[in-house]
Amino acid sequence: MRRGLKGGLLAAVSLAFAGCAAAGQDAKPASDAPPPAEKKAERFSKDPYPSTYHAYPGRVTAVRGVTVFDGEGGRIDNGTVVLAEGKVASVGGADLPIPADAAVVDGTGKYLTPGVIDVHSHLGDYPTPSVDAHDDGNEATSPTTPEVWVEHSVWPQDPGFTRALANGGITTLQILPGSANLIGGRSVVLKNVPARTVQGMKFPGATYGLKMACGENPKRVYGGKGRMPSTRMGNFAVDRATWAKAAAYKKKLDEGKAVDRDLAMETLAGVLSGEILVHNHCYRADEMALVIDMSHEFGYKVTAFHHAVEAYKIADLLEKEGICAAMWADWWGFKMEAYDSVPENIALVNRAGACTIVHSDDENQIQRLNQEAAKALAAGRRMGMQISDEQAWTWLSYNPAKALGIADRTGSLKPGKMADAVLWNGNPFSAYTRPEKVWIDGALLFDAMDPKRRPVSDFELGQPGEGDVK
Amino acid sequence: MMRALMLSAAALAFALPAAAQDVAIVNATLVIGDGSAPIEGGSVIVRGGKVVAAGDGVVVPAGMERIDAEGHYVTPGIVAAFSRVGLTEVDAVGGTNDRSAPRTRFSAGLDIAPALNPMGSPIAVNRAAGVTRAIVAPGGSSNLFAGQGAVVDLADDMDMVTRPRALQFVAFGEAGSAKAGGSRAATFLLFREQLLAARSYARNPAVLAEWGNDAMIQRADADALVRVIDGATPLFVRVDRAADIVNVLKLKQDFPALKLVLVGATEGWMVAREIAAAKVPVLVSPLTDLPGSFERLGATQSNAGRMKAAGIDVAVGVFDDDDAHKMGYATQYAGNLVGLTKMPGASGLSWDQAFASISSAPARAVGMDGQIGSLRPGRAGDVVIWDKDPLELGSRPTAIWIDGKRQSLTTRQDRLRDRYADPVEGALPNAYDW
Repeated sequence: MRRGLKGGLLAAVSLAFAGCAAAGQDAKPASDAPPPAEKKAERFSKDPYPSTYHAYPGRVTAVRGVTVFDGEGGRIDNGTVVLAEGKVASVGGADLPIPADAAVVDGTGKYLTPGVIDVHSHLGDYPTPSVDAHDDGNEATSPTTPEVWVEHSVWPQDPGFTRALANGGITTLQILPGSANLIGGRSVVLKNVPARTVQGMKFPGATYGLKMACGENPKRVYGGKGRMPSTRMGNFAVDRATWAKAAAYKKKLDEGKAVDRDLAMETLAGVLSGEILVHNHCYRADEMALVIDMSHEFGYKVTAFHHAVEAYKIADLLEKEGICAAMWADWWGFKMEAYDSVPENIALVNRAGACTIVHSDDENQIQRLNQEAAKALAAGRRMGMQISDEQAWTWLSYNPAKALGIADRTGSLKPGKMADAVLWNGNPFSAYTRPEKVWIDGALLFDAMDPKRRPVSDFELGQPGEGDVK
Repeated sequence: MMRALMLSAAALAFALPAAAQDVAIVNATLVIGDGSAPIEGGSVIVRGGKVVAAGDGVVVPAGMERIDAEGHYVTPGIVAAFSRVGLTEVDAVGGTNDRSAPRTRFSAGLDIAPALNPMGSPIAVNRAAGVTRAIVAPGGSSNLFAGQGAVVDLADDMDMVTRPRALQFVAFGEAGSAKAGGSRAATFLLFREQLLAARSYARNPAVLAEWGNDAMIQRADADALVRVIDGATPLFVRVDRAADIVNVLKLKQDFPALKLVLVGATEGWMVAREIAAAKVPVLVSPLTDLPGSFERLGATQSNAGRMKAAGIDVAVGVFDDDDAHKMGYATQYAGNLVGLTKMPGASGLSWDQAFASISSAPARAVGMDGQIGSLRPGRAGDVVIWDKDPLELGSRPTAIWIDGKRQSLTTRQDRLRDRYADPVEGALPNAYDW
């Protein structure tokens, strides 16, 4: 039924699209009489479901006497950080001036970090309760569905968002389609704020991502349906055929030729022109190397390999190509391509100088990504690597921000950036530590000391455990 | 350097003694595992594969091997409270995965002992994280009862089973309904009817022949269920919804000798008074805090702490996420419960309680606290020396004994790590580097 609906939509809309329009322009109604090609660029918004997020009210806040990890590898002991008007106003030591109107938080014995950013989440598209009716992450009816946008699946009332905030200090996250498909669709980057609509969570101006997957999942799902791909070579054949088609579509666009509106091709053309970032689920080293060659063949870039269980085997290649690896600390053994996991994977990628990210892909581990990083850090140190705590924090905020194209706005505690911050009640790499306060754009959205400063989703309202500590 | 590291690891593997060695570990931050506070400068003596003494002021017999722990934590090995370790190598590779038997005609009679693979790589990986024993339960059959689990050790030898048929496993709630025919009513009735059938069989084995093809259970199932009715085999019950828990506790009205152990009990805190009154131990996966289903609406990480405070014997396991490969998460989870004690409104466990919840408490739940799970005299010589606080993130054992035998800490993962410590290939491909 969904496929029929989509087909109907495609038949009804046969209009031009240009790949060079600026993001964020207003949508205009489609006309039955297409105007000349050079004006078609203005006909279709690249941002038809625009963010309505706005920063919530905050007050000027100064945290002092606190250990600061700035998110870019810097550390200040006995530091002071001032948040004002939704931004990081100033960062310094004990002598940093504190505005007279500031609420002062004593951070003695505590740590202040940038908010944690998870580049790989399915909150909202695989929400809890995980009932069939909520199974909205895989459009597993075709191996390539670049036309789907995951923001159309995200349920803002997923209680998982609130847990990620309160227990994990997650301030920004990327929601991805699942990995059943080779090309799963567009991702969406969210601010982790409760909202009535997904638009109310969308990170303003964030780049779109494209979820791709290699390996076992696509070939299992479609091989099981008796159709291509059923092998890894089939995976690549379908990918390459799709990219070839996208390249031809983009060529027409670049030449100013009229094309039928094609949601799938619009997304892929966006990747080929560098406007949309590729997030590629891939476990095995040899497959990642092949994907890299495929990206060269068609002229796109893989921004990040996700899961990347064997990244340690090609850490040098990832560094050379400038590709991030987003990894778990120690997941292994659940399927064949996760068999060669090593606990040192994250640290080895870091040592090679490649962009290193700790991700969750999980509604539970998103609540303790700091702990996952701590385990990876300990494994690296046991191997003899010298990695400081503050360097390791780059895996949790700045590097994921880079992979999402938002590192100029968030991901580190630098003056002028978004006041997305977590005050931890101890060293965040300890099992005994929890978030005490979480700010998003300067608004205090979780406070362990205030039972009312804890969001309760619509789903949990009036249910057992409403407003509990969780 | 890399090659030297590998050679030393290989040499260690070959140098391991085959038999239990008597050993005294001294100068330890000694954790008995029974909920008592760590003892600074403590010692533990293992002789003939068993703990003979542990505490301060222990005299080391002359001539016994003496290991100075240099103040590091020395603890009993972790007991995985509810796991599938040994039953699977790669979950998605069916031939290696013996968790469940969805197409068998047997149920309660299934015995996982011959399915366990002591040579599987998860054994070494979990052992290197400090896990020395595990309570292993089958995942499920085609019928209501899943079958009989075992208590196992994670030593580097072929003899894995500590106690076979140590428990019977059954799931109530949504999972039970799916097996029983679609409703909780069917689950409770099927449970009762199968036990009654087993009892009839025990009194008169000829009834099975009378039932013929209509028999709800097979002979082997009846044998196993009779032991459940008699309380000889503990019945581990997966149950989460508060109302389901209350109804499971009521099963003892019909079958008073049942030895119940609740597994999961996600909403246990809501009926903690009833669980405590029934004196039924609980195994929890303690960080479950999302309403993953409608039977877990009350999920909170404070569940373990609240139940403990209500007087319930709470053991902590790792089974709502991965129950075969990552048993080492037990220490992390226990550490998280300690962290909760600092959070306003939350309930957690003290450090001493938290450690006991992953050592002696699971042993007690399965009726084996006299044999494993602590360093009290007479228990198995399962001892771990740690590099730091074992409940802290990234802490690792530096030495492990199981039944007094020193164990290898090298895993297949270590070998891969060493091979790719420098991923760039040298004169020959990496495949020659082993």
